[in-house]
Amino acid sequence: MNQQIPDSNARTAEEFLKGIWRENPVFVAVLGMCPVLAVTNTAINSLAMGLATMFVLVFSSLLVSSLRKVIPKQVRITTFIIIIATFVTVVDFLLAALTPQVHKELGAFIALIVVNCLILGRQEAFASKNSVKLALADALGMSVGFAFALLCIGVVREILGNGSLFNIALFGEGFEPWIVMILPPGGFFTLGFLLLFFNWLQQRRKLV
Amino acid sequence: MDTSTSTSLPPQSDPSSFRLILTLGIAGFFSGLLLVGVYLSTLPAIQKHRAESLRKAIFQVLPGCTEYKIMELREGQLLEAQITEQGSSEGEVLPRVYAGYNAAGEFIGFAIQGEEPGFQDNIGAIFGYEPGEKVIIGFEVLESKETPGLGDKIMKDENWLANFKALKVEPGLEVVKEGQGQKPNQVESITGATISSKAIVRLLEKELAEWRPVLEEYNRRPKVEGRK
Amino acid sequence: MGDLLFIFVSALLINNFTLSYFLGLCPFLGVSGRLVTAFRLGLANIFVMLITAVCAWTLNTYILPFAPYLRLISFIIVIASTVQFVEMAIKKLSPELFRALGIFLPLITTNCAILGLALFSTNKGYGFVEGLIYALGAGGGVTLALVLLAGIREETRILDIPKVIEGTALNLIIAGILSMAFMGFAGLFSGG
Repeated sequence: MNQQIPDSNARTAEEFLKGIWRENPVFVAVLGMCPVLAVTNTAINSLAMGLATMFVLVFSSLLVSSLRKVIPKQVRITTFIIIIATFVTVVDFLLAALTPQVHKELGAFIALIVVNCLILGRQEAFASKNSVKLALADALGMSVGFAFALLCIGVVREILGNGSLFNIALFGEGFEPWIVMILPPGGFFTLGFLLLFFNWLQQRRKLV
Repeated sequence: MDTSTSTSLPPQSDPSSFRLILTLGIAGFFSGLLLVGVYLSTLPAIQKHRAESLRKAIFQVLPGCTEYKIMELREGQLLEAQITEQGSSEGEVLPRVYAGYNAAGEFIGFAIQGEEPGFQDNIGAIFGYEPGEKVIIGFEVLESKETPGLGDKIMKDENWLANFKALKVEPGLEVVKEGQGQKPNQVESITGATISSKAIVRLLEKELAEWRPVLEEYNRRPKVEGRK
Repeated sequence: MGDLLFIFVSALLINNFTLSYFLGLCPFLGVSGRLVTAFRLGLANIFVMLITAVCAWTLNTYILPFAPYLRLISFIIVIASTVQFVEMAIKKLSPELFRALGIFLPLITTNCAILGLALFSTNKGYGFVEGLIYALGAGGGVTLALVLLAGIREETRILDIPKVIEGTALNLIIAGILSMAFMGFAGLFSGG
């Protein structure tokens, strides 16, 4: 790709910011649905998954971007997958060693970060074509946006489904939790309505 | 890193197959190196956590327990396991129970692990069994995906857990409604979680049917020898 | 026998991969617009899952005890390349079958349902036959979910739907309702 726009700080900031809002991987691009719905039944799990994904995405992007001139085009996808799978395995071991409770809660979904389309997508679409600095900005922005979206869903589901936030009870004894929200259907509903809300925001902006 | 002056790539003719294989090989090599490093450096902590959570569960279901031994069923004989590390992959995995002892070194009972289909998925649990009195002395759920708020009461409901503080296994376990248990062999099920409650009792029955003959046989033996 | 039936029905209905584990959602939301396409995609899924079950079992039994840290990488690479080989074989042997399933194969290979199957079935310690049955159930479950959603979406095409909810948002809400319906299958095996 031609780099007509210089590597200025403004461009770096732009690459960082786009992932958080304008091209948010969950709310706008609808990528990586599996972890988005599977582990967001509490805010803590959402946060842990967001951070684990961030670790993998940032390090993979750094490596792919700095090796972008060395990796032959024909085997690039395979190489990306090897790099991503390596970092995911590292995260898996680190979580198991440092926070066994979180590791147990997230279970096999940590390993499934490998097939999160967001990560491979960023390598193919961005990191393999841009400088390390831009790739880092892009990866950070995308993963912050991803983590933010996960946290939004997790917060909604935990408040409604369990009457608490980060395990701290919010309501009195009288609150009857909507248990369905922490069950699988709640994941679909929460994301469905959040997308609806985003669509509505965009439409309004167009009208104004 | 951000000097983008010399980004013009050399015209890429098709790289040789050798170069492709070499790239993958190098990637694989470094990835393997990194993984082995991380694996070896995190392994002790992971094993420690595993052993600790097992130890906690065993102490929970065998009140007063401070020390345990892993016992394996080898050719119909209950023997102390040779490998003490949990998760060792050498040889076949034999059925095992855990024999608990108190601070004075006296035998308390066996902790037995089991699995049984519940409402959603398999429920994993561990319970303490005292073969002399033929009584269950403790119970804990290790893994369950039962419905939050209903089925998951099998993990924390106090009335329910009180069932297993002294549950006679003879003449056989019996499930009754909440508040109606009178005999020591009756289990009061949880209202709203009858299926999960019954699954637990089935789990206990299944494991007891398998282990009772062995454990009671084992329990009898040292006493007989002691009298001689 | 009872155990195998439990494994099958559990993967097919109670713990449906798509509706309760959220695996394989990308094709679920992307491709499920037409009933015929959805059904074929489902069949291709079952097919790849069966291959996966064999690969996962072989790796887990013969290689991974010696190198547990290679689990993830070896699963992905071995599954992807086996599927590639099978794809080539089908192309040669039965062009008809290839036309029906072939275009979906590359799409499925890096699907989370496939890797999920490999991880779950080895986590649960399934043997060879159990693994195959599990794959059959899981694949069937994914097919069922795809076909149901596609059927509903074909119906919604003639409805007057507000523009703001069209697309993924609507699909997710339909999926949520399906997922709730599938919750009714829980307890199927422990009614006692």
